[in-house]
Amino acid sequence: MVKQLLKGNVAFAEAAVRAGCEAYFGYPITPQTELLEHMSRRMVELDRVFLQAESEVAAVNMVYGAAVAGSRVMTSSSSPGISLMQEGFSYMAASDIPAVVIDIMRGGPGLGNIQPTQGDYNQVTKSAGHGDFHPIVLAPATVQEAIDHTVLAFELAQKYRTLVFVLADGAIGQMMEPAELPPMRDLPTERPDWSLTGADGRDHNVITSINLGALNLENYNLHLQRKLREIKLAGETRFEAVHLEDADYAIVAFGTAARASVTAVKMLREAGIKIGLLRPITLWPFPEKELLELAEQVKGILVVEMNAGQMLHDVREAAAAKAPVKFYGRMGGYIPLPADIADEVNKMIADLAGINVEGSNGHLS
Amino acid sequence: MASGRIIINEERCKGCGLCLEACPPGVIKVADHINSMGYRPATFYDPEFLCTGCALCAIVCPDAGITVFRNKPMARQKVIMEVA
Amino acid sequence: MVTFPDEKLVYERPEALADVSTHYCPGCTHGVAHRLVAEVIDELAIREKTILVASVGCSVFSYNYLDVDACEAAHGRAAAMATGIKRVNPDNVVFTYQGDGDLASIGIAETIHAAARGENLTIIFLNNAIYGMTGGQMAPTSLIGQKTSSSPFGRDEHLAGYPLRIVELLAELDGTVYSVRRSLHDARHIIQAKKAIKIAFEAQLMGLGLSIVELLSTCPTNWHMTPTEACDWVRDAMIPYYPLGDYKVAPELMTKTNRKHSANGGAR
Repeated sequence: MVKQLLKGNVAFAEAAVRAGCEAYFGYPITPQTELLEHMSRRMVELDRVFLQAESEVAAVNMVYGAAVAGSRVMTSSSSPGISLMQEGFSYMAASDIPAVVIDIMRGGPGLGNIQPTQGDYNQVTKSAGHGDFHPIVLAPATVQEAIDHTVLAFELAQKYRTLVFVLADGAIGQMMEPAELPPMRDLPTERPDWSLTGADGRDHNVITSINLGALNLENYNLHLQRKLREIKLAGETRFEAVHLEDADYAIVAFGTAARASVTAVKMLREAGIKIGLLRPITLWPFPEKELLELAEQVKGILVVEMNAGQMLHDVREAAAAKAPVKFYGRMGGYIPLPADIADEVNKMIADLAGINVEGSNGHLS
Repeated sequence: MASGRIIINEERCKGCGLCLEACPPGVIKVADHINSMGYRPATFYDPEFLCTGCALCAIVCPDAGITVFRNKPMARQKVIMEVA
Repeated sequence: MVTFPDEKLVYERPEALADVSTHYCPGCTHGVAHRLVAEVIDELAIREKTILVASVGCSVFSYNYLDVDACEAAHGRAAAMATGIKRVNPDNVVFTYQGDGDLASIGIAETIHAAARGENLTIIFLNNAIYGMTGGQMAPTSLIGQKTSSSPFGRDEHLAGYPLRIVELLAELDGTVYSVRRSLHDARHIIQAKKAIKIAFEAQLMGLGLSIVELLSTCPTNWHMTPTEACDWVRDAMIPYYPLGDYKVAPELMTKTNRKHSANGGAR
């Protein structure tokens, strides 16, 4: 297929349409509103379900309804809206139903601003709302990945009957890049047999998230934990390794921070430093094994993020103290610049040469 | 003359008393015994055959515990003629 | 059961009502409302295509008592969840069953907007002027002066404002096609309530828009009354503030109701 110049938000939306999204419920919030607007036209053109809800709270519960009714459903929002939706995510997680959520992150906490950040990492990977759970989280870094990850999200959601997030900062939602869209997929002709379609010729299906009694709820949680384990064992972890084969140092970053880091890696390589980048693509399941191997190989890791240090802790834990893990982050919507990242790497190398101590070197002004 | 009767499902009854209140001829009483849930169930006590099968008891019952029968009109007629 | 040859069955429990004991308190009119909904589902023969969206409150386990496909919404969100279901499965009959906290407090936005959009849903609204499940706190429909566990001195309008009259509110919206209030405090009113519930489901079958039946209900336990006293309190204290009547009846439904549309409620 031919490449087109696409805005990230539009790419997310059109990819969902082509992946077989049957219903979309959302609410306007910068910087993802173009996604909602594109859906408002396309879904109606294709005679599928679109509704702009009265709030994110309502939208996520409409998603919950459409999901228990067996349809392929999606929503999108940005950080404050994701906070509002967390109750719904938790309920969906506890109902074993598939759904796709796209989070285009903005500055926080609070109303924050509309600039790009990576401030929702903890909120989205550690759980999705209250309770013990992890959605699968995909983190694109380009408009092409935005498309590919959205299609993958629908597949994984159906395969595991789970929540799948596509997590991108506002820059990816807003930028325009050439990318290829997949062909249109046919919509499924039948609803799954666990879904609510009317108890015609069968016992009634009941989908709830309540489990009274400690034993019942623990058993249900063990089932969820088993599902998460299955996802890991099935090899759903994804990452990209750039120039890591002979690396003495490594940067770990995702999304837009990774793009800036790739340029920094090139700059540093030209200056003779053997450095590479490990870019997690699934933030959950996190590439723990690869990170441990990396930590055993290199002399120092710099985590670069657009937050105060969130993925940093997953990297630290996976590295298991095999290598020092330092941090460089910007908040408020600043995208770390390649030159600044390169400076931080040089600082890290100098520090490590002087004193070999593991510690955070975060950019906290 | 007898024109109706009810069957109360004692195991569903929670002894709320609404059927007693609703019954026009007052042929529902509280039983002396308790059911397996520990409630004293309502019980149908109609020695004078006053029940008309009006079903007001079944209508107010929150536990759908009452089944109501009514004699067919011909049979009622037959009984009146026989007694009279 | 034994039946005699010269008698006919006048009433038995509806099939759509599961044959189990409910967890409701003795005399709680949730049981009556469930039964009426089940009777209507049987009479309209819609069991195979009905989907219940249960809510959070005493009726959280309503799906254990009604034999239809069902799901549990988060507290207050039933109208939104039902919207999602009905939009993707328009041939199903989708109804919510909600109490006064769920619908009128935390869920008021979702309720109003479902009505504003004219979602083709049916809402069964149990108003017992209190939060039952959590132990008797004040509800948005609790009356002025009513003592509850979170208004121990009686509801004070200066502190807590005024009770919400929901069906009057929703009747103002163009998307609402049937908005009525009935009561479950005695047999006569229960019979009228059932007729309204049936019309509300028929409104959905006709594809008209949002229908809601508010049912004045009892909570003997948290009102600290016997079931009979509680029924009397509905009649004597609740009905004066919440007049029974039809606040909106779409023209297409007029032939089904045997009373004219009354703008001011037309309490009986």
